[in-house]
Amino acid sequence: MCAFLTPLRPAGMLGPSNKSDDTLGPVWPHWGMRMRGNILARLLLLAGALITAPLAHAADAVKIGILWPLTGNAAAAGQAAKAAAEVAQDIVNNAHPELKGIPLADTAGLPNMGGAKLELVFVDHQGNPSLAQQLALRLITQDKVNVLFGAYQSSCSFTSTAVAERYGIPFVIGDSAASNLTGRGFKWLFRVTPIATDFADAYMRFFDDMKKQGKAIRSIAVVNENTDYGTSVGDAIEAAAKKNNMPVAIRIPYSASSSDVSAQVLQLRDKQPDVVIFISYTSDAILYMRTMRSLDYAPPMVLGDDSGFSDPSFIPAVGDIAQGVMNRSSWDVGKPDSTTYKINQMYKAKTGRDLDDTSARNLQGMLALADALNRAGSTEPEKIQKALRETDLKPEQIMMGYRGVKYDQTGQNVLASTYLIQLKGKQYEPVWPEKSATTPIQWPVQSAQH
Amino acid sequence: MILVQVIVGGLLLGAIYALFSSGLTLIWGMMNFINFAHGEFVMLGMYAAFVMVLWFHAGPLAFIPFAAFALVLVGLLVYFGMIRSVMRGPMLAQILSTFGLALLLRYLAFWIFSANFVSLPPTALRGTIRISGILIDVPQLVGGVTAAALTIAMHLFLTRTRAGSQLLAVAEDRAAAMLMGIRPDRMQALAWAVAAGSAGIAGALIAITYPFSPSIGEVFGLTAFVVVTFGGFGSVPGALIAGLLIGLIQALSAFYLGPVYKDIAVYALFVAVLWVRPQGLMGKA
Repeated sequence: MCAFLTPLRPAGMLGPSNKSDDTLGPVWPHWGMRMRGNILARLLLLAGALITAPLAHAADAVKIGILWPLTGNAAAAGQAAKAAAEVAQDIVNNAHPELKGIPLADTAGLPNMGGAKLELVFVDHQGNPSLAQQLALRLITQDKVNVLFGAYQSSCSFTSTAVAERYGIPFVIGDSAASNLTGRGFKWLFRVTPIATDFADAYMRFFDDMKKQGKAIRSIAVVNENTDYGTSVGDAIEAAAKKNNMPVAIRIPYSASSSDVSAQVLQLRDKQPDVVIFISYTSDAILYMRTMRSLDYAPPMVLGDDSGFSDPSFIPAVGDIAQGVMNRSSWDVGKPDSTTYKINQMYKAKTGRDLDDTSARNLQGMLALADALNRAGSTEPEKIQKALRETDLKPEQIMMGYRGVKYDQTGQNVLASTYLIQLKGKQYEPVWPEKSATTPIQWPVQSAQH
Repeated sequence: MILVQVIVGGLLLGAIYALFSSGLTLIWGMMNFINFAHGEFVMLGMYAAFVMVLWFHAGPLAFIPFAAFALVLVGLLVYFGMIRSVMRGPMLAQILSTFGLALLLRYLAFWIFSANFVSLPPTALRGTIRISGILIDVPQLVGGVTAAALTIAMHLFLTRTRAGSQLLAVAEDRAAAMLMGIRPDRMQALAWAVAAGSAGIAGALIAITYPFSPSIGEVFGLTAFVVVTFGGFGSVPGALIAGLLIGLIQALSAFYLGPVYKDIAVYALFVAVLWVRPQGLMGKA
């Protein structure tokens, strides 16, 4: 049912404009024309009561079942990821010789399988772990998909991968970062993205670098949403901080669906940490920025752990008051003419905005999966599993800032890593590590307002 | 000092809760009809304001009345198009009809506006007032004051005007009201118009502060039900007091116990109150 209830088009119409001017200006009015036209067009379409016909099925396609939150709190991220998956599908299914280095780009379809195309079956788990579990089951038993992919929220990946494991169907995780997903002894799970401990280590190395530059970091605060994602990243950061003798002034778990976060902000203001790390989804990340502003609280540094801070709605909503906020990203658009730039253009043509880190990690996940499918040369689960295990993509074959793609015994990509980025004007710029930085770090984030 | 700040924040939030609950208490309490789509009405109010700002760069003085007007139309449309006939059916059909309406409205909004969170641009209503160390968010303050004014206005409308009395009469005994020359159809249409219109105003006011997406109705819809039950079915002042109380308890428990416990505190009290007073704080037994 849920698949039928999802919106008919990918999101992206209400996203920020992607003008490359980096003057700040009022962020909001740039949304203008495109959105107006779109809303009008949809209202007209609605009035005409047009029903779009379902897509025709390809003959000998490889079916990939994809679980994402296409509605609900994280819908924007899910919709953006869906568009990214469709770009990956386009790259694999059609000839794109202009994308240098990317496996399967220059041919149409999967050559080892007689040019078979990828067919994507999207389902919407709404961010609900038990629904994700049921949908995984349905994809395997009724839609007879060859591989599963997903599932954004770690809690949803947690439940749905267990189903795949039971049925012996490979499950590739594009972006869920909770540490406990791997390490359950699963044989059918493969995760392309860096995970919580990678991020926690990166943060600690970053703090060390900053201290060497004379910045005062006496204590940090960890504010995390309380499902698998936030909890595991929060735990990883707390553990890494302990190992590095970095005091954690306060740890605040909260529910991401809160309509008010002022209590948390007041607690932070009370403890005066030098860095506040937010592990948050979209609406809560926006609310934190607004509430910190209205309660006149500005810590020296705010570090967002991707997710909400990378959501396409974040910058248009609070870009003006969140200047200097840091975030992590494994994605960088790169110079014009680069392969990453061209992939970004494809995504932009589809959605009207740039790839964000979350969607880019999913796009990379799909491409790494397609590479394995081609090498498997068959839709038999065991052959796909074997090909996934043998994956060995080099840095020049991938679009992310990873050192490659290669899975360990638990299915984790051991070559995954991350950059740190900082919001300057209307976009994030890479600022750490220094060798990938395009602009110097601004610390403290805002001048004190008192 | 920080305690005062927490209390002020809680009361302002509570006033917002009361604001979007007042329309529900009218429909639920006065007509014995559960409108599951109330949260979606609030959501539509938000998008009505959003569209006005997007197309005409309207300020709050234009987009708030527009949202009210748009939602009055929606309310009338829903009443004449659906509710009027559904009310002749069994109880279950009444309940499920608005549930279906809620889903219809939510997914229509998904289709038209996409799933992304949007927020209104800075308006004249942005900013913070500082009163002896206590910070008050201007949009929240305006929302709170409007909530109180709206609630009082609605209460006066129901108790002091002819139309209000007629409305209550229809709720009490439809047949008797008809014998008195009251046309129930008109009165109920009026109730839906007022309820939806107030939801529209609420939505427009909340939209100034909160980022929203088509699924926001779920969040506010559920809270509205709790507020109305807590305050007492059909009691407009009860909704105001319950809203303020819930906001206050949430703020205090979130600050002193931790944010994950705030809903436990609220619902524990909720259950306790219903145990002692099943009719709610100010409802009639």
